[in-house]
Amino acid sequence: MNFHSIRAIYVFEMARTFRTIAQSIISPVLSTVLYFIVFGTAIGSRIEDVNGVDYGAFIVPGLIMLTLLQQSVTNASFGIYFPKFVGTIYELLTAPISFIEVTIGYVGAAASKAVMIALIILATSTFFVDVQIAHPFWMVAFLLLTAVSFSLLGFIIGIWASNFEQLQLIPLLVITPLVFLGGAFYSADMLPPAWQVVMHLNPVFYLISGFRWSFFGLADVPVEVSLMAVSAFLVVCISFIWWIFKSGWKLRS
Amino acid sequence: MSPVISIKNLSKTYEGGFKALDDVSLDIRKGEILALLGPNGAGKTTLISAICGLVRPSSGSITVGGHDIVEDYRAARSLVGLVPQEINIEPFEKVIATTRFSRGLFGKPRNEAHIERVLRSLSLWEKRNSKNMELSGGMRRRVLIAKALSHEPSVLFLDEPSAGVDVALRRDMWQLVGELRDAGVTIILTTHYIEEAEEMADRIAVINHGKILVVEDKARLMAQMGQKHMTLELVEALDALPDCLGQYGLNRSADGMSLHFSYDTQAERTGITRLIADLAAQGISVRDIVTKQSSLEEVFLDLVGEEA
Ligand SMILES: Nc1ncnc2c1ncn2[C@@H]1O[C@H](COP(=O)(O)OP(=O)(O)OP(=O)(O)O)[C@@H](O)[C@H]1O
Ligand SMILES: [Mg+2]
Repeated sequence: MNFHSIRAIYVFEMARTFRTIAQSIISPVLSTVLYFIVFGTAIGSRIEDVNGVDYGAFIVPGLIMLTLLQQSVTNASFGIYFPKFVGTIYELLTAPISFIEVTIGYVGAAASKAVMIALIILATSTFFVDVQIAHPFWMVAFLLLTAVSFSLLGFIIGIWASNFEQLQLIPLLVITPLVFLGGAFYSADMLPPAWQVVMHLNPVFYLISGFRWSFFGLADVPVEVSLMAVSAFLVVCISFIWWIFKSGWKLRS
Repeated sequence: MSPVISIKNLSKTYEGGFKALDDVSLDIRKGEILALLGPNGAGKTTLISAICGLVRPSSGSITVGGHDIVEDYRAARSLVGLVPQEINIEPFEKVIATTRFSRGLFGKPRNEAHIERVLRSLSLWEKRNSKNMELSGGMRRRVLIAKALSHEPSVLFLDEPSAGVDVALRRDMWQLVGELRDAGVTIILTTHYIEEAEEMADRIAVINHGKILVVEDKARLMAQMGQKHMTLELVEALDALPDCLGQYGLNRSADGMSLHFSYDTQAERTGITRLIADLAAQGISVRDIVTKQSSLEEVFLDLVGEEA
């Protein structure tokens, strides 16, 4: 393990983030504010409490998750796609480092940025609703675990993508629907039974459920199940990345 | 002395089925400057890429500093710096930040003094806070060199270092390469410019169609080049060579109107004066003299042509 290499990648990537900090933050914060106005205030005022939690507060964990997932995938996929696009990837591939250093550097930077933005959104939401956090430790744990595992997914997408369209395809076509159908804005028991079954097949559902539990102490599934689901996802992603670097898939000819 | 890079029976067939390297074996000596000479598509970049780990060999083995590039890639790669043929550079980043990044990436602790030295030696210090995309093409190539030198490699690959570089800069680069060699760095460069190989290299390897045709000390190749040819055009046709001219190894043309004489320019006495005197003594009048030197270019074209 070479820490100088990890630091070099991490610092380089974070510098890129801070160069474009305004646009990185403004867009997610703005869309969150819009969600609060539309869902929380306009529609939410007609919806009764969900299991005793005010609807405006109820959607906060879902909104944070939505942004966290989108940010993690987008940051990480772009982070590794860009060197491929401009050709500087040659340096990464000739450096005396293993997939572990490369992954920690890129995924660490992508996850850091995603967590930063998630916290900013959490702070923003306190202007609109009264947010209580029942289990702060687990809240942070879910935040980090989710950011890391979906940054890993983004990293894989970035290596796989051979053009910008493909790069945007997965976040748009997969992540956003999964979050919306994963109960970001409602509880599972608000759906007809048939849909509840479908919901349980959605990995993001377990994330949102666990994350919401850390806020309000209530969950659609036991929090242990949520934790296991995220951890399993993390392991699958890491194994896949290990295989990518071992086989040279999409990277070495 | 054991070679710093040892390539054994290396072959590379690309996915499409194209064989870019065909059973290449080559030892590169520590501290030498080796020029890889070959036409477009010969396999120079593929060979370099295989050594650096960008291309996975189909068969054969490579060691750098005695370390296998697959089994012991960390040790092998930490010795190697690569300046690629294409100008691949991070457009929005500053020159100094890109250079620093390369050093860190190769696992070296920060060393601002070294980074400054490298940037100064490439006349990039004044431009250190410019973004890469604000630089000219020649400057970008120098940034690539700075990146490769930032981590103090003991083997440096320069793939077409003088493509798109003006004459003055090429001079500077040759000087830099000389300094690196003096500091003990082994340098492998590819080039289309024969004079570049002539000027800088200790040894020259000629490659074509994925095969190494010849690896030779430049001095020995120069000796071949030292051969000069003289054509003597005669006033009257000569039916046969007089016996007393036998010692010169002359060739008579079919029509008897000219004589060919080859000699070594490096030799103490070329024998030209005596030959002219002997010709005069035989009553053979010379109308004109044409001399021609075989260049490395010719040697190269001969080799590449023969094989094609
Ligand atoms: N990724 C690839 N896939 C398939 N074929 C390739 C690939 N890269 C190179 N080749 C082929 O391999 C051959 C050797 O290419 P290479 O780049 O090594 O040549 P070169 O000697 O560096 O040429 P040049 O002087 O033009 O740089 C060429 O015929 C090229 O088309
Ligand atoms: Mg080439």
